[in-house]
Amino acid sequence: MRTFSPSILLQRSLIFFYLGILIVLPIIAITAKSMEGGFQELWSHLVTPHALAALKLTFGTAIIMVIINVIMGIITAFVLVRYEFPFKKIINSLIDLPFAIPTVVTGIMLVALYGPQSVLGAILHDNGIEIIYDKPGIIFALLFVTFPFVVRSIQPVLMEMDQDIEDAAKILGASNIATFFKITLPILWPSILTGAALSFSRAIGEFGSIVVVAGNIPMKTQVAAVYIYGELESNNPQGALGLSVLLLMFSFLILIFLNYLKKLSGKEHIV
Amino acid sequence: MFSQPNKSKPALKPYGKYLLITLVICWFSLLILAPVLGMVRELFSAGLKRFFTEVSTPEALFSFLLTLKVTLIVIVINTVMGILLAITLVKHQFKGKLLLEGLIDLPFAVSPVVAGFMISIMFGPNSWIGSWLENFDIKVVYSIPGITIATLFVTLPFVAREVMPVLKQFGIESEETAYILGANQWQTFWMITLPSIKWGVLYGFTLTMARAIGEFGAVLVVSGNIINKTQTATLYIHQEFTDFNFAGAYAASLLLALISFIILIVMQSFYKSNEIKL
Repeated sequence: MRTFSPSILLQRSLIFFYLGILIVLPIIAITAKSMEGGFQELWSHLVTPHALAALKLTFGTAIIMVIINVIMGIITAFVLVRYEFPFKKIINSLIDLPFAIPTVVTGIMLVALYGPQSVLGAILHDNGIEIIYDKPGIIFALLFVTFPFVVRSIQPVLMEMDQDIEDAAKILGASNIATFFKITLPILWPSILTGAALSFSRAIGEFGSIVVVAGNIPMKTQVAAVYIYGELESNNPQGALGLSVLLLMFSFLILIFLNYLKKLSGKEHIV
Repeated sequence: MFSQPNKSKPALKPYGKYLLITLVICWFSLLILAPVLGMVRELFSAGLKRFFTEVSTPEALFSFLLTLKVTLIVIVINTVMGILLAITLVKHQFKGKLLLEGLIDLPFAVSPVVAGFMISIMFGPNSWIGSWLENFDIKVVYSIPGITIATLFVTLPFVAREVMPVLKQFGIESEETAYILGANQWQTFWMITLPSIKWGVLYGFTLTMARAIGEFGAVLVVSGNIINKTQTATLYIHQEFTDFNFAGAYAASLLLALISFIILIVMQSFYKSNEIKL
């Protein structure tokens, strides 16, 4: 019904200009820059021991985080949707707190709680447990910043779900646990995967909270984003390019996967 | 949704139910509440007076003011562009629409450090855009325009993503009616479209604000972290922390956390209004 009016033309060119400047050109810029020295050179920066260790640490901690987060996220969403209990309202509204709190502040809070100067940190230290400047700190930070993703993906699906089929299963003699695994879980699957993919994607790129909590110890606590920052800081952008391009490609993959999940569950809204 | 009459059995036997509830409360307290309280405790063990001296140093004040300025600019630009994007993506059909939809999600998926790096390469003094801008004496990297662009990048999807589902649900009938009754495009937008997407816009707006205030990685890479020049609030906190002035870092963090908390509360009231509308 609409004709191609000048105002629509203006709107559209404005959008293309904006996205072009903000997203498309920076991607082209980094790709062009990484190809300057040829593929060989890019590869050589990627396979240094430090870069590989950072990559391994990033994916390792992210996988551990996702497993914990999925299990606790399902339980949290389930309890929040199905049960009434004191503090439910407060918990439900504070779930989004990690989205609102700046990542650096998250890091600082964790240091305040578990750092060597705190009471808890001192006790843990005496028992040989190090959280800050070590891997557990990274995992705690990741769990904090990604906590809302799984819960918020599952909650609406669980709310809309027809409880009659669960009841039917129980009447037919299925136990609670069997009902959960055979009826509830299959319905939740796409939303669980969406939450997991969002958490994972966030964890792979996380910087602010980790740089505070874990510091920048090469081969020990240096995750990919911190490694990239370290290379830039020491004026070696060439060294940062390899991992940056790899992370960027990974972001694209996650987006494609999320898009696929969106189609699978017929939902418009992933975040 | 169906109302559930009493016939539905409890989902689990009571002890299982209480176990799960306790587990959730404990997990939530350990993961979310304990760190917040830990920081408050550390801060107040140093005294309330210390808090005020720490957040009123010239560097702290400068950094908070800079964050405020950048956030204001970013909110205005990305709210307008977000509405425009949502309208274009929902109401218009054109080639490359799917690609565009994918592109606007990219800032959610890219690491902030990589985002900052990309922007530095594009606008850096060695790039053709950077050197072209230098002719006009505009410096992007290591200055405030760069911080603004980095923040625009990371907050780009919020308004568009919140408005799109609302627009889709709203449909185009009312707008067509307005057209038929003789309203022009502007009138239709202001009197029909905007009121219907109001809560979605406000929710996206608060998300944009929270992220703009809290952005760290992208800004750190682009800004160069120059004290009293390009240091935003989050960069200031990081600086205090690396300089081992923990009291300063805690004080500024608490202030920023308080601001975030207020935004969260506002955000949730918008979200609820939005749900009711839907």
